[in-house]
Amino acid sequence: MAERPEDDVILGVDRVSKRFGGLVAVDDVSFDVRRGRVSALIGPNGAGKTTLFNCVTGLFPPTEGHIWFEDIDVSGVRPHQVAKLGVARTFQNIRLFEYMSALDNVRVGQHVRMKANLWDAMFKLPRERREEVHVTERARELLRFVGLERHGESYARNLSYGQQRRLEIARALATAPRLLLLDEPAAGFTPQEKVELMRLVQRILDQGITILLIEHDMRVVMDISDQITVLDHGEKIAEGPPEEVRHNQRVIDAYLGTAS
Amino acid sequence: MGEAGAGLSPNSPSEWLVFSAVEKTGRLERGPRDVPPGLRTVRQVRAVLGGRLGTWLLAILAVLVIGLVVVPKVVAGGYGFFVQILAFGVANGAIFALIALGYTMVYGIIELINFAHGDVFTLGAFVSLPLLSAFGLVEGKSSGAGLWFGLLAVFAITMLIIGVLNMLIERVAYRPLRHAPRLAPLITAVGMSFILEGIMYVWRGAFNIHYPDLLPGQRLPIGEGASIGVKDVLVVVVAVVLVGLFSIFIARSRLGKAMRATAQDRDAAALVGIDIDQTISATFFLGAILAAAGGIIFGLYFNSVRFDQGFEAGLIAFTAAVFGGIGNIPGAALGGLIIGLIQAFSNAYFQAAWTDVVIFAILILVLVFRPTGLLGMAVPQK
Amino acid sequence: MRARLARIDWHDRNTVVYGVLLLLALLFPAVAQFSTGGNGNFLVSTAADAGVYVLLALGLNVVVGFAGLLDLGYAAFFAIGAYTYAMLASNKLAVSPLHHGVHIPFWIALFVAVAVAALFGAMLGAPTLRLRGDYLAIVTLGFGEIVPRIFRNGGSLTGGVNGITALDLPTLPVWLDGPWAGLQLALVRDYQFIDPTAYYVLMLILLGLAIILTSNLLRSRLGRAWMAIREDEVAAAAMGVNTVATKLLAFAVGASFSGFAGCFYGAKLSLVSPENFSFVVSVTILLMVVLGGMGNIPGVIVGALTIYFVDFYVLTNLPSWSSGLADAIGLGFLNQSHAGWTGLGDETQRLIYLVFGLILVVTMVLRPQGLLPSRQRQEELAGGTADEALADVGAA
Repeated sequence: MAERPEDDVILGVDRVSKRFGGLVAVDDVSFDVRRGRVSALIGPNGAGKTTLFNCVTGLFPPTEGHIWFEDIDVSGVRPHQVAKLGVARTFQNIRLFEYMSALDNVRVGQHVRMKANLWDAMFKLPRERREEVHVTERARELLRFVGLERHGESYARNLSYGQQRRLEIARALATAPRLLLLDEPAAGFTPQEKVELMRLVQRILDQGITILLIEHDMRVVMDISDQITVLDHGEKIAEGPPEEVRHNQRVIDAYLGTAS
Repeated sequence: MGEAGAGLSPNSPSEWLVFSAVEKTGRLERGPRDVPPGLRTVRQVRAVLGGRLGTWLLAILAVLVIGLVVVPKVVAGGYGFFVQILAFGVANGAIFALIALGYTMVYGIIELINFAHGDVFTLGAFVSLPLLSAFGLVEGKSSGAGLWFGLLAVFAITMLIIGVLNMLIERVAYRPLRHAPRLAPLITAVGMSFILEGIMYVWRGAFNIHYPDLLPGQRLPIGEGASIGVKDVLVVVVAVVLVGLFSIFIARSRLGKAMRATAQDRDAAALVGIDIDQTISATFFLGAILAAAGGIIFGLYFNSVRFDQGFEAGLIAFTAAVFGGIGNIPGAALGGLIIGLIQAFSNAYFQAAWTDVVIFAILILVLVFRPTGLLGMAVPQK
Repeated sequence: MRARLARIDWHDRNTVVYGVLLLLALLFPAVAQFSTGGNGNFLVSTAADAGVYVLLALGLNVVVGFAGLLDLGYAAFFAIGAYTYAMLASNKLAVSPLHHGVHIPFWIALFVAVAVAALFGAMLGAPTLRLRGDYLAIVTLGFGEIVPRIFRNGGSLTGGVNGITALDLPTLPVWLDGPWAGLQLALVRDYQFIDPTAYYVLMLILLGLAIILTSNLLRSRLGRAWMAIREDEVAAAAMGVNTVATKLLAFAVGASFSGFAGCFYGAKLSLVSPENFSFVVSVTILLMVVLGGMGNIPGVIVGALTIYFVDFYVLTNLPSWSSGLADAIGLGFLNQSHAGWTGLGDETQRLIYLVFGLILVVTMVLRPQGLLPSRQRQEELAGGTADEALADVGAA
């Protein structure tokens, strides 16, 4: 039976399973994400981490179980509704709007917080014009926040890999989320870029946004997470602060020596 | 924007992260309720129809429609007429099946609805016309071994020509756009359809062209005033043979396996060394030879061809392919048969003007409510 | 105002195109009348007809160019717009089973037609929402076939095969005739729209409105949402775009333009017939959008005018030109028909399908970004070839 989560828990994953036909991607997983902290979801490839993200963000509903975001049951809620509630995400394989400018990408992120409708837009009513100015300002602010202020007009596909990852984060932040899901944000980064990423994560935290991330680089995970949940083959095999998880035998076995 | 100065520093909270209680929707809309009512119904219906319950429901519906609407009309028309229409419907369906196979194969392998496929069918008929004369096959004067060997030759040559032509079309119009945005190959296919029709229009004009009546015209009585034509039987037999040979080829041959593998997972197929380009070319070739055969059979059966009949025939054949289950060979054959019967019965017993509407309505309903078709084989949606 | 003018970027290609088009549009009737000695009515009328297609192309541009939804049955909405006017502004409803004629003034019927078309746009678009590109196209094609057939089979309710005739003409309380229409300067009362110049002016206004509205939409929240959906629907939804509502809006807004166009078309032609809304019409409009540069508004206008010119002027005159030419250069025998050859004039007339098809294929294969691509399309297709190069390397 689903329990109401505690007060400082912003996301409650409650006995969630996800099956695709005969394939069990996520098997009875439960964990909490505490507000204001960084939580990490780790595990070998195929452990079901991204599937869990997809359930949380509404891409598909969990086969069983519930997902609670701030006391609201969001299991099966559609993606744009989840975004409206305050959950944003980035994707494992970057999914930017490639043939739109960086500025436009971030402006789309603000879609859900904007009020202009069809009529406002068609007739360029003053209220819409004001909102557009506001939105553009915010977009520039966000680009500055992630360090892309000089690339506003560039098409997303023309940015470097690292810039694209940062743009995706800026776009997600544009939805004004309270919970940010990052799916392998450091993939393919140089060590220097990883350090900058961790600083960015800290800055996001300072804004009062909770972070849940999937990541393979153990150093990054150990450094910035407050809480780690470990999945393997769809099941939760360990949970706890970094020091505990680091020495957990089951975790080490699951990674078969790939843990750093 | 007063905060323009204050909000810029990365460490100070900026207004854009704070949102008021209004944003938090107390009224949560989840799943069915946040969509317009009509759409919600569509989703629910689709969910039901897609599964096993859906298959039973559709079967019951079909039986009801046939029993309550069709049967009285059929009975009123008499047994003889019924048999005639039935035979015609099956022959009609056989022709559609031949065209539908090409659609289903091409869609299965490159997920493109080859708009020009219906025109390939018509072109088969057009190309065979001069060949018939070349082999001395003339209406009323040809019979016996000369007729059958001549026809065989015409079939073989036409099929070869059309097959190669289709491969050429793929090479020139579709392959360059294989990695382009999705709209591009689709638009090109429409263009290709127009080009083929244009060629036939310039070649033979706008009107119906007579196709020699070479098949034996006898009828085989089967009792109680009913008879079926030798032509009906021939059409069905030839179609069955072709589809049968084709299915065996797909199931057993190396190329057939390559085609199935490429349809399932192109990257994996490439990794195991299958030549994707060649496989796709072969698919276009095979689809075209079946369509070309269908075109000749159409001509022999209906004795009339026209440059633009491919558009509608193609759409109907595509309906058949989707109806039976796109990407699925028995499905295309079954779909062709059923749609052919529907068309025949609708034209014979009801108003012909509405037949097209019925068939296109079926097309839309299938695509919206049960995209996997009757035999339910879904093509992986990427 | 001066500040606004000062801000116009005269180097931007789109601005230049708009400027040229505006100039041409304003001067055209006068030039037509003067150059033909006062007999320019036919040209002006043709220009107004061309405007119908430009309007339709702008509407389809919203669906295909902005939102990336391939609609192959756009003529259905054109038919709906035209028939709406026909039913509301003629004796049709009086002789139909409803036995009650309605004669709504053109200016009101215009908005009714827009609303009806928009409604049907949403209705016919709704089933396509979960379908992928190819299936979506086929469903729209299916509707494109069904709608005119329903009008054709509708018997006395819709005028059946013969359509509906004797539609009301638009009227204005006051109008100004002048030399630009080849007439004396005069103030006319209770003016009925018979003179093509009146239709031409009306079409310019409708077009101006359409251009402004679509341009505004392009640079708005909704426009960006459309483009986001076109780019990546999943990511768009994750960023809070309600894909269902946004796609329905694309269909509705796109269809509403054909409401305008259909209403105008019915009024000017004073008749509607089911034969004028075939698949060829849908493809013609698509061709205009594709050739012009999908998504780019001035491009679509240029594309529409080009195709209209090719279709309704070049191709219709090609037979007489070619027979004339044959005569002139001593090949007059080509104009006679003998066995199998029906004369050069007739043969060239048959080229229309071929020409259309070739334009479509050649454009998509060689210059998919169209005549005047938006900056976006340029990038898109420059990027496409790069991807292809990479893919070849990978597969090798």
